[in-house]
Amino acid sequence: MRVPLSWLREHADLPAVSAQAVATRLIAAGLEVETVTAVGAGVRGVVVGAVLAVEELTGYRRPVRYCTVEVGNGEQRGIVCGATNVAAGDRVPVALPGAVLPGGVTINARPAYGRLSDGMICSARELGVGEDGSGILVLEPATPVGVDAVALLRLRDDVLDIAVTPDRGYCWSIRGVAREAALAFDVAFSDPAGPAGPPTPLREANGSAYPVAVADRAACDRYLARAVTGLDPVARTPLELQRRILLAGMRPISLAVDVTNYVLLDLGQPLHAFDRARLTGPIEVRRARCGERLRTLDGVDRALDPDDLLITDGSGPIALAGVMGGGPTEVCRSTTDLVIESAHFDPHVVARTARRHKLATEASKRFERGVDDELPAAAATAAVRLLTEVGGTTAAAGVTDVDSRQPRPAIRLALAAPGRVAGRSYSPDTVRRRLADVGCAVAADGDALVVRPPSWRPDLIRAIDLSDEVIRLEGYNTVPTVLPAAPAGRGLSWSQRQRRKLAQSMAGAGYVETPTYPFLSTAMLDALRIPGTDPRHRTVALANPLDDGEPLLRSTLLPGLLVALARNLARGFPDLALFELGPVFLARPDARPDARPDARPDAGPAPRPPAGIRPADAVLAALDAALPEQPLHLAVVLTGLRQPAGWWGPGQPATWADAVEAGRQVGRSFGLELTVRPARQPPWHPGRCAQLVLTGADEAELGYAGELAPRVVEALALPPRTVAMEIDVERLLAVGEQPRSAPRISAYPPATVDVALVVGEDVPVASVEAALRSGGGKVLESVRLFDVYRGTQVGAGRKSLAFGLRLRAADRTLTATEVTAVRDAAIGAAEEATGAVLRGA
Amino acid sequence: MSAPNPNYDPVEVSALSAADLAGARAAGADAFAAAGDLDALHDAEIAHLGPRSPVALARREIGALPPQAKADAGRRVNTAFAALKVAHEDRRTTLLAERDDRALAEEAVDVTLPWNRLPRGARHPLTTIAEVVADTFVAMGWEVAEGPEVETEWHNFDALNFLPDHPARTMQDTLFLAPAESGLLLRTHTSPVQIRALLQRGAPTYVICPGRTYRSDELDATHTPVFSQAEGLAVDEGLTLAHLKGTVEAFAKAMFGSSVRTRLRPSFFPFTEPSAEPDLSCWICDGADPNCATCGGEGWVEWGGCGMVHPVVLASCGLDPDRYSGFAFGMGLERTLMAREGFADMRDLVEGDVRVALALEGQG
Repeated sequence: MRVPLSWLREHADLPAVSAQAVATRLIAAGLEVETVTAVGAGVRGVVVGAVLAVEELTGYRRPVRYCTVEVGNGEQRGIVCGATNVAAGDRVPVALPGAVLPGGVTINARPAYGRLSDGMICSARELGVGEDGSGILVLEPATPVGVDAVALLRLRDDVLDIAVTPDRGYCWSIRGVAREAALAFDVAFSDPAGPAGPPTPLREANGSAYPVAVADRAACDRYLARAVTGLDPVARTPLELQRRILLAGMRPISLAVDVTNYVLLDLGQPLHAFDRARLTGPIEVRRARCGERLRTLDGVDRALDPDDLLITDGSGPIALAGVMGGGPTEVCRSTTDLVIESAHFDPHVVARTARRHKLATEASKRFERGVDDELPAAAATAAVRLLTEVGGTTAAAGVTDVDSRQPRPAIRLALAAPGRVAGRSYSPDTVRRRLADVGCAVAADGDALVVRPPSWRPDLIRAIDLSDEVIRLEGYNTVPTVLPAAPAGRGLSWSQRQRRKLAQSMAGAGYVETPTYPFLSTAMLDALRIPGTDPRHRTVALANPLDDGEPLLRSTLLPGLLVALARNLARGFPDLALFELGPVFLARPDARPDARPDARPDAGPAPRPPAGIRPADAVLAALDAALPEQPLHLAVVLTGLRQPAGWWGPGQPATWADAVEAGRQVGRSFGLELTVRPARQPPWHPGRCAQLVLTGADEAELGYAGELAPRVVEALALPPRTVAMEIDVERLLAVGEQPRSAPRISAYPPATVDVALVVGEDVPVASVEAALRSGGGKVLESVRLFDVYRGTQVGAGRKSLAFGLRLRAADRTLTATEVTAVRDAAIGAAEEATGAVLRGA
Repeated sequence: MSAPNPNYDPVEVSALSAADLAGARAAGADAFAAAGDLDALHDAEIAHLGPRSPVALARREIGALPPQAKADAGRRVNTAFAALKVAHEDRRTTLLAERDDRALAEEAVDVTLPWNRLPRGARHPLTTIAEVVADTFVAMGWEVAEGPEVETEWHNFDALNFLPDHPARTMQDTLFLAPAESGLLLRTHTSPVQIRALLQRGAPTYVICPGRTYRSDELDATHTPVFSQAEGLAVDEGLTLAHLKGTVEAFAKAMFGSSVRTRLRPSFFPFTEPSAEPDLSCWICDGADPNCATCGGEGWVEWGGCGMVHPVVLASCGLDPDRYSGFAFGMGLERTLMAREGFADMRDLVEGDVRVALALEGQG
């Protein structure tokens, strides 16, 4: 809401303080003043002149006149003017040489059309006070010559731009803001809608202005109409009205429209003017019928929804109630007789219609937020009076007022309640006075008050709303500052600590944390060569995505990380290791046994239980069941050198092994040793992909790691041999905190034995190692692979694996015989499990 | 000790003469001093302190002296011997030190050589600041609560007293899940975690809820459609607006330093009543600099929203609003981080440029 300060001062007797000071008080009262604009600041040098003579300059393609103008004290100037509406005797605004106009335009004496133009005669548009730029602004004949037009035409004003919160519908008007401003400064407020109190009974006969029937009285609890006749078709909107409408952010259009807009801005009551001659029979307020259409004032032909509330006449729909009028009954140049609608519509009905038709109008945004239902009569009267004053109309007799409003219930407020909310006490007098300030009717009832909120505050519903008004008006700064003592907490949960530790360990291992946007395209899943049957195709989509190209939520962290990788590469960083810890989103799988992995059940919408009462446990469970799965994943991507080259020697490129090690590291940060198995899983290279598995009682496939497939790397324009790992951290968290026993540390010396085993090329090292461990038993403390040899000595298709075994007993020094026995048992197990042959044996 | 000398020979041995002893002592001292290295010193030691050295020979002669001369000669020989020992030891210490210095000097390296063989990693400042916020409240006895990023409309709006057609719903440009009537959305704030925490914990509840949130804003220097908030919620018997002010102030001081002051401006949120927006006194200029980059010369910096939990919210979670009251507050972590660390552009926080995280490692 844009509020010209001069207009505000008309209704609130504000002291002579700056606009900024007014803004500060309003902000403290809860009105969010976003900007204060000094309109016309710097405008100077414009005076009222009297046109003495007009000389037509001929021989030019357009009409040009040379005017002799008196600008005060008998001083005369010659001014060239292109307007045709200038005549001797007119009073006009003259910008003298050196004058500054809105927008910083400076006026100088300059030669034009063979004469010296010693200033400029201004149009309303040039002065910023009106829309009319077609001719010069002709002032009242009685305007004294030589006076400062800047003051006379109020070229200088301040405009407060206020972001009105949804609960303060009444502040979508000068009246509402003035009420708050008067309270904030504790000064008199003069209500432009007339004195407060019970509405005065209508003097005119009801029902006689225009016949109206309201079919849906819940959606329209008041419909008031008045009529005027004899509108002067050439009557123009007075300059001051135009100026105010412009400063308030609307555009002057025509007298009838400007008057309704002026009243809308001043009082907050949306009005609509129908051309009476174009109405067919009585007005009816009803919901739309199937198939009905309406061409609204913006020229759009709209299919109407049965939920839309309409104003109709014998011809059908003529307006979307509370939102926008229709074209066929619009006021036009030939209009002389008007029917003025001043109604009260249900906020939800208007909100739904406005949203459905994507029509946020000055009317709809006020109705949505709640309009004072006492206003229709005062607003219609104000409009009729203005039209009569400046448009030459005659008010038709009578008023139509279809009023089916229900009385609002009174609110009971304990006198101590505001103090209980604030944490300080307020005297009963203060509570009563502040509620009266707001406009409430207050009656005492023991320790409580019975409060009837004013018609312009539909937001005051509960006792807490009234407490807030008392606290707000007394000032939040008068509330003490007390730190509450919370009961002893338990600190971070195990899961929270684990996640921190995990992220910390990744950073410690040289990965840079990179949170990315979770939006995904189908094309990206295709670029990653993820087949349609893969669970990662169980995506959820947005109804209104930010980017139509990325309508899905990520089912894998890799796309975001790979995009971030490419961005960093483009910025000149060739060696990168990134990680992200965040959720992926997967539609719940179809639990039927024969369902494909990407199949999702036909889930209905989430329940919408009512607010204000705790839903039953079953409903809460259904709410959660409607959510997609959102497991926490961790992923890494690496490219370039994992260890840079330097004076110490060459660098180490990041390889599939780094990615696999990152997966192992994730397990280790949970104290778990993950099993690594060869796997084939897009987007990884089928020969360089490892599956990360949690074995044991909680057996689970957690993720994959390795080198990305060459076609994937190519499709995404990534460097060759880019590697990646993605792992389901949720599953690790689900395993939970494992009971662990402290180790018994043996101080006996270890025995170390090296063995070299020859196996087939296709035998994974992990299998050989596992076999050695199982064969070695308890005294085999550790197994470490220290070399892999391929060559003629071991034969084609075979490899030699050299392991260092460390043996130690808990209670004695092992004898040579024991060591040999354990070694042989380990080798024997490896032979049996993997066909390994002891090298050199 | 020498055996008794039965064949006493009264002739004085020359080596025992005072002059000869002094000469031997001086010659030894000179030889030690002249030794340029430890090998030369070793040769000199053999020559002047060894078994064939003049002093050693002289000592051997003492046994041949008449008994009345033995004591005197012995004392003189011992004195000379001890003096030579000292001279030798001094020289040896000096030469050892010289040798060590020379050897260490030869092994010296340039310790300023870079050794960046291990890649540098870092946490992202947004996740770090979320932890800083959490730790601030955990230290007060609060706990950290969490909830899903895809939420139900009930948790995100209905239970928070957003009426179905209320303009407040469109204030927050919501990203809904398909189909449009799914009743699911990307949470527009961390406030649904309030609902989850209250449903799960009942009263008393004191929780801080950091998390990621979504609104359909365009990404620019001051907006991002994917952002982070931290939401605090306290519900207990007897909590008041004064407690909210105290908590916001403690939080502000923890984040921006103990000199920062707070004020509350009345505002509106459907899920709180009264509602307010906290402002922080500018911790950079405190209003003194009209061109301050942090507060724009206003002296105050906006910092989120807060208020007393609305009775409908308590009732939606099964709590009796006549018995329990509570307060809630929420702040944008990007804005907080930008203000604290002086970021100029929101995009730096969301584009994943590694320089951002690396530059702020150590923050928190």
